[in-house]
Formats: sequence, C-alpha cells, structure tokens
Amino acid sequence: MKADERTGEPHPASPGSATTTADESTSAPGAAALLQVENLSVRIAGLHILQGVSFEVAASGVTVLLGRNGVGKSTTLRAILGLTPRNGSATGSVRLGGEQILGRPTHALVKGGLGYVPEDRNVFAGLTVAENLRLAERTDTPDYDLVFGLFPELSKRARQRAGSLSGGQQQMLSLGRVLLNPNRLLLIDEPTKGLAPKVVTEVAEALERAAQAVPVLLVEQNLAVVRRLAGDAVVIAAGQVAWTGPGEQLLADPALTKSLLAVNAAGGH
Amino acid sequence: MSTIVLMTVTGLGLAALYFLVASGLSLVFGLADVLNFAHGLFLSVGAYATWWAAGNLPGAGPDGWGFVLAVAFGVVAGTVVAALVELVMIRPLYSRTIEQVLVTVGLSLAGVAALQAGFGADPRPFPRPSWTQDVVTLAGARVPLDRLLLIVAAVVVLGLLLAFLRWTRYGLIIRAGVENREMVTALGIDVRKAFTLVFAIGGAAAALAGALSGVYFGSVSPTSGASLLIFAFIVVVIGGMGSVSGSAVAAVAVGLLQQFVNYYGTSGAGDICVVALLAVVLLWRPAGLAGKAATA
Repeated sequence: MKADERTGEPHPASPGSATTTADESTSAPGAAALLQVENLSVRIAGLHILQGVSFEVAASGVTVLLGRNGVGKSTTLRAILGLTPRNGSATGSVRLGGEQILGRPTHALVKGGLGYVPEDRNVFAGLTVAENLRLAERTDTPDYDLVFGLFPELSKRARQRAGSLSGGQQQMLSLGRVLLNPNRLLLIDEPTKGLAPKVVTEVAEALERAAQAVPVLLVEQNLAVVRRLAGDAVVIAAGQVAWTGPGEQLLADPALTKSLLAVNAAGGH
Repeated sequence: MSTIVLMTVTGLGLAALYFLVASGLSLVFGLADVLNFAHGLFLSVGAYATWWAAGNLPGAGPDGWGFVLAVAFGVVAGTVVAALVELVMIRPLYSRTIEQVLVTVGLSLAGVAALQAGFGADPRPFPRPSWTQDVVTLAGARVPLDRLLLIVAAVVVLGLLLAFLRWTRYGLIIRAGVENREMVTALGIDVRKAFTLVFAIGGAAAALAGALSGVYFGSVSPTSGASLLIFAFIVVVIGGMGSVSGSAVAAVAVGLLQQFVNYYGTSGAGDICVVALLAVVLLWRPAGLAGKAATA
C-alpha cells in the first residue's frame, strides 16, 4: 500500500470520492512494494475507463483487485501489461521494481517476468495441451514438475486439443502456462469465473501454492477465494480506487463490503 | 474418358498454381491481418528472376540442374523482396489497416510498372526445360509433363508447410498466432518475427509459382502476378484465413471447377462459376471451409 494510505490519509487519486483506507496497524509490516501504479488513466474508444488509479502491490503474497462488474479491473491488468487496445491509450506511471514499464512491449514485459493469466483463459483451442505448454516455455528448464504436480490432469491430457477441455481444465492449462517459467509477478484475472465449486477449490489451492513463490495481483469476484488468498485488497469503483487495505479487514465489515462490492461478505460469492 | 483425365490433370495443375500463391497469402492474412495486394508482385519477381537467371547466371540455364538453379535464384529473389516489403513497408503500418491496403495496392501497381520499365510490357518467352513439353499416357489421356510438374511441386510445398507448422517452434507460434495473436504476445513471444517469417515463406511459395507459371504458360509478363492473385484471394477466402490445408482443398475445387466449366461450357463461364462457389461457401460457412483457426 502507499505510505499515505497506511497512515489513513485520503487517497490522492480519487479526490472528492468515497475513498477510504485501512488502518496502518493491520497492513503487512515491512512489505516493500514490487509494483507501483500511479495515476493510471485509460481511455478506450472515447470512454474514460480508468481515471487516475494509484495503488501498490507488495513483494510477496496476494494483492486482490476488487470491484463491481465493469469498473475497470481487467482494464487495469491489461494496461499494466501493455495490452490496451489500439483504439485506446494508457497514461500515468507503472513501475516494476522501480523501473518504469508503462508503454513497453508486452512480450518484453512477460520475458522480464510478468506472468499473465487472462480472464477468459485464452488457451489455443486448436493446439494440444502439450503444445500450449511448449509455446509458453521461456527458459531452457521449464518447471513441468511444478505444473504437473499442481495439475496432474494436464499430464494425462497432454495430447488432447485444448479446445475440447472443460472450463476448469482450460483454467488449469492457462495457469500452468505461466507457472512453467520463473516470474517476478503474476497478473491473474478472474481465475475461478464460471468454474464448478470443486474446481474453484483446486484453482485456489494452486494459486495459494504459487503465491508462496511469487507475488500475485489477482482480480477475483469470488469472496470465498478472496478470503482464502488475499493479503492486501484494492477496490476500484467508477474508474478510481475507492478503498485500499488488508483484505481481511474489508471482508470483516459486511456494510463496507456491501457498499463497495454490492455483495454479502458473510455469504461469500 | 481421356478428355476427363486431361481436364482433371490440367485443372489440378492450375490448382497447384493457385495453392502456391494462396498458401502464403492465407498465412499472412491469418496471422498478421494484412490483406497483401502486393503478393502478386512476389510471383512476378520470382518469374522474372528465374527468366533472367536462366539466361545470365553462371551455371544456370533452361535445362537440367541449370534450370533448378535458375528457379532457386527466383525463389530466393521472391523471398528477399517479400521480407523487405514486410520490414520496410508493412511493419510500420500494422495498426493501420487502410494505409496497409493503400500501400500494398500501390506497391503492386508500382511493381508492374517497374517490371514493364525494366523488361518491356510484352510477354517474354520463358526458358522451360524441353522435357516439360513431353507427354505421358495416363489412363488413356496424353498428359503434358508440365502439369504433373506443377502438381508435384505443390504437393511437396504443401507437405513442407504442414511439417513446418506442425513440428517447429515457429510453426507453433504461427498456428497459435492465427488463433489469438495477442495471447501469443502475452506469453512473451515477439510475434513480429513470425510476421516477417510468414511474409518470407509466402514470398518463396509465390516466387516458385511464378517460375512454374512460366513453365505452364510458356511466357512471363509483368501482369501475370496480378491476374493469378485474384483467384488466389478467392481460394484463401473459400479455404479459410490462415489454413494451409484449407487453401489446398479450395485450390483444387477452384481449379477443377474453372477448368471443366470453361471446357464444357462457354469460355469465361468457369470464372463466373468460381465466384458463385465463393458466394455459396460464404453463405454456408462465412469463415471459409477451415474457419480462422490454428489449422496446419
């Protein structure tokens, strides 16, 4: 989190809005920021989707990006990764380990250790599972032991076309592709969307294990998963950061959760 | 019966030419979303370079290994020109579709003008090997060997392309990129290198088509690329953008239909039937026979 947020100062990126922050005492102590997003604005096709978003991602654990549908969570991840569409623009600052990365080519960012799991999995349907994984290899020693350890199903279905996998299996493949390689930060967009409860648990376990080795910026709507994984939470509303602080604190306050996310925290998702 | 055999082999020869031009065009459009109207120029460059090499390049000639060397020279020339066109003229315009079309149309017109300025507007006799004029008897039909040469060349190119797409890393990148280019980039792959590669491959296949069209038609002219390109575009749309095997099937359908209708109907009716086939396929399967997918 930003220093001013930890001290309870109003968030500078959302003047006049209902931005609130958590108490410093509940934040992860001493967790240095790996990713610093400052005043990030994104316009797409004339629409001002993000309007000066600022937040930080700690160098360990899971930071969850929350918000109602359509507020710009996925747009934030895509802007960080340089995937803002051609009819749009992204301005502001995004620093990874202190280095400015906004505007750098996507492939260079990924090679530099920014792993990305998109919202709709985006596996290559016409390629086999093995080919999808082979395509994602970025080093001479891809960690197949980790991937097949987390998702044994992928090993069994190596010759099967990815398009014929179930939604859960496709999500495992999508996660497997990034976990093959060493990463500095994972950007993961709604990994449990549309999955059966059993598969949600498997995916959450895999994310939990992955987060032990690499920090994660996670967009997630399933509050049960958020409760299990989240260290810090950033809530976006109307294109701006509306709340930042420990995820635990957000979910412990049903009124706050309901006002920010329009869901009942007690019941999960 | 012998007429049907002859028409079939001649139609397949024509299909071979269409396939050689369309395969590269299809990969370029499927991967890079570039509608390359200058693709016919690569064919003309290959034809003229082969023609020039057969008369001027030491060791090259109109027969035997000398002709193979001349064709290899033509293919290399087409490959180099295609790669340069992508690097210099297309790459700065990847996000600007209208400009791409204008540039490639302009380049195709300028290319024809340049060839006319350099070699004259009239067709030039092509130095084809004498054995290509021989005939063999096939199921009672006397079939010229040049048709068989075209078919064999297209089958070999089809096999090489499929093997490349299936067994190499760049082939994997191209197949994935045809399906979802952005996701390939999001896996850390610089997809622009694959763009240059598919342009080069397309240029090589088109240049080979240029050399073989010289053998088939007996002459080479500055406009031969443009006239074949129209049917190659139809083949690409029928076969499905980005699908090499789809292009092969569509080329056979177009070549045979055109040949048979032109022979048994009135001259020119075959071309109309090809356009009708295009319309039917688009109504039935708007994305073409193979669809836009990572199909080898």
